Amino acid sequence: MARMTGAQMVLDGLQREGVDTIFGYPGGVVLPLYDTLPQFPGIRHILVRHEQAAAHMADGYARASGRMGTCLGTSGPGATNLVTGICTSWMDSTPVFALTGNVARSLLGKDGFQEADITGITHSITKHNYLVMRPEEIPLTIREAAHICRTGRPGPVLVDIPKDVFQESAEYEWPEQINLRGYKPTVEGHSGMIRRAAELIDQAERPIIIAGHGVIWSDAQDALIRLAEKANIPVITTFLGIGAFPEAHDLSYGWLGMHGMFYANMAADKADLVIGVGMRFDDRAMGRFKDFNPGVKIIHIDIDPAEIGKNFATTVPIVGSAANVLPRLAEQVKEAKHTPWIRWIDQCREEHPSLHIRESRRMLPQYVVRTLYEETNGNANIVTGVGQHQMWAGQHYFYKRPRQLITSGGLGTMGFELPAAIGAQVACPEAETWAICGDGGFQMTMQEMAVLVDEGLPVKIAIFNNGYLGMVRQWQQLFYDKNLVAVAMTQPDFVKLADAYGIRGIRVETKAEVASAIREARAHKGPILLDFQIDQEENVWPMVPAGAALSETIEAPAEELAR
Amino acid sequence: MNPSVNGTYKDRSSHHTVVAIVEDKPGVLMRVSSLFRRRGFNIESLTVGHSEAEGLSRMTIVVDGTSAPIEQVEKQLYKLIDVVKVTDLSQEDMVARELAMIKVRCNNLNRHELLDIANVFRADVVDIATNSIILQVVGDEDKIDGLVKMCEPYGIRELTRTGRIAMVRGAKTTTVHEQEPERIRQFHAVQGRRVEGELPFSSD
Repeated sequence: MARMTGAQMVLDGLQREGVDTIFGYPGGVVLPLYDTLPQFPGIRHILVRHEQAAAHMADGYARASGRMGTCLGTSGPGATNLVTGICTSWMDSTPVFALTGNVARSLLGKDGFQEADITGITHSITKHNYLVMRPEEIPLTIREAAHICRTGRPGPVLVDIPKDVFQESAEYEWPEQINLRGYKPTVEGHSGMIRRAAELIDQAERPIIIAGHGVIWSDAQDALIRLAEKANIPVITTFLGIGAFPEAHDLSYGWLGMHGMFYANMAADKADLVIGVGMRFDDRAMGRFKDFNPGVKIIHIDIDPAEIGKNFATTVPIVGSAANVLPRLAEQVKEAKHTPWIRWIDQCREEHPSLHIRESRRMLPQYVVRTLYEETNGNANIVTGVGQHQMWAGQHYFYKRPRQLITSGGLGTMGFELPAAIGAQVACPEAETWAICGDGGFQMTMQEMAVLVDEGLPVKIAIFNNGYLGMVRQWQQLFYDKNLVAVAMTQPDFVKLADAYGIRGIRVETKAEVASAIREARAHKGPILLDFQIDQEENVWPMVPAGAALSETIEAPAEELAR
Repeated sequence: MNPSVNGTYKDRSSHHTVVAIVEDKPGVLMRVSSLFRRRGFNIESLTVGHSEAEGLSRMTIVVDGTSAPIEQVEKQLYKLIDVVKVTDLSQEDMVARELAMIKVRCNNLNRHELLDIANVFRADVVDIATNSIILQVVGDEDKIDGLVKMCEPYGIRELTRTGRIAMVRGAKTTTVHEQEPERIRQFHAVQGRRVEGELPFSSD
């Protein structure tokens, strides 16, 4: 027992929970916390330029490392600026601990200066949140919040602390145990259900595994490979599941969904058994629900019981973590070959090679991604924004390991790329980290270039600059009769912008310069920005139009290929 | 087919009675109601009050099962950290009751008719004045609907209904028994989440 201020308790508690980095922005009510920060040299504070970026950085840090990411904002606007980032992490189930200050207790509810009801605002986008009204509650609150954040299906938590609670002193004792009677995640997996699943797999003629983000978060990649190899089951992933299964593996057939590979979509649609692991049968992945593969049997393994049966009726539901369930399943299934089925998918892939890049004099974005893949030997960590470049980065880079692709899937947050890449680089200082940006999204958070300079982080920025909000333009072309409205953008000189921040920039205008620019960027010690002036009209294919079924996947039209 | 206040008939066959035992903490009602709103679950009624255990509140929620599969409602409720236990009482043999107060227009000529009607429905007269009367009735929704319908011709000045509360018949309960370590109990106590004591009866 020792007497401590609330601020000391918060920082000590976070440190005990393994927090070594806080992405934050100071302000009036969190000054007591910042005043205390120098007493905790084990915690590195990274000063962002906008709180939204702090939340994305914490998210990128979490996704790259598998540990909890932490962000901090002041009351009012500081807290509300975090909201987009918190929601991004909520939709993708990543462990982000958001800490906010609030006005002093006597002013709460009185519309005090910079007061915002941030716990009320974030109810629906956090796993849980807390408003701490007494310093004595801080230790258990931090412990409970971190536990909720990291365990079960991970997700963001928010702890809101009024200014005078930071300042007040109380006896401090770190709680060794916690007990939340309303929170007991099921991680084991029911053995009877696992047995039934194994039987179903043994009987299946055309089984397919769809691996999702949950496989990555429970570190179940090895078990997944064992299961797939033993019963020779083809594996596709969701977009967020990219990396859960090595894409170079013989049994890997890419990823499914709106811009997934044609053969992956067809395989999912023609299978007689879908084994969904750590994924949630989202509409972007599955297409129109009612016409997805009629008659298919579904084994759904997920740690969140509410995901099971939400969108599809499940034949065998298994609530548990992939890390617990997959090894047992791998042990119980019989060896199998499924030769005709695999041959069928192989043939589909030969006839519809979605990842073929056509010869062109233009700087095709697919070519840029593929060149990056080749130049980096497929080893770089890739962080993307949202839009066309995101899909190309998912398609044309081939991922070897979990956590290699960091991207905003569920919420689709433009502007995620640069701050998330910064977080990822902080988490993995030795890793080669590329932020693949759209020219639109980059401008939403580009002020964070200052952080690269402050912290000396060697993030490589690759802007896919086509002067358009490309994905929106693609939809206007296809579904709104080519009526292009509010999608063409006059872009600033990104190289000069980088220069203004003290970052080297290279404009890449021709296809011939692509490889050498990437080599130069890799050889450069610090951060660098590459402005790829890609072909302006290129669209993303294949595509499942919104509201269509997977079986209605459209491939690139001939006139686009002829360009 | 059951008559309701405005004379239309209400089909309650799809209604489910869900009981949620929740931590007695600020914000819990908002968490629950906000969950129902954002998931598009229709609430027919929601009643909340103390349970037999200190620190735990009991919510009785009548959900329209056509708006969402009831299993999803239960699972989503369970995802809230402050929700400790959820039971769909519609699966059980239960007693469900609601209380209503109806202020009806009346005069010296027709008051005795109203009293006769009240008598049939075993409603109590809780207030009486020269030109109005307040009837208090306890029962299931159909019974209350019936009384309301009978009062309508006299002129209903005001009507209030509590919404359904319910309990399983027999010895089975939907309560929570979990002892917490002393330190945790103290923490929850200061947070306003007190832990229940020993309960002298059995549960499922």
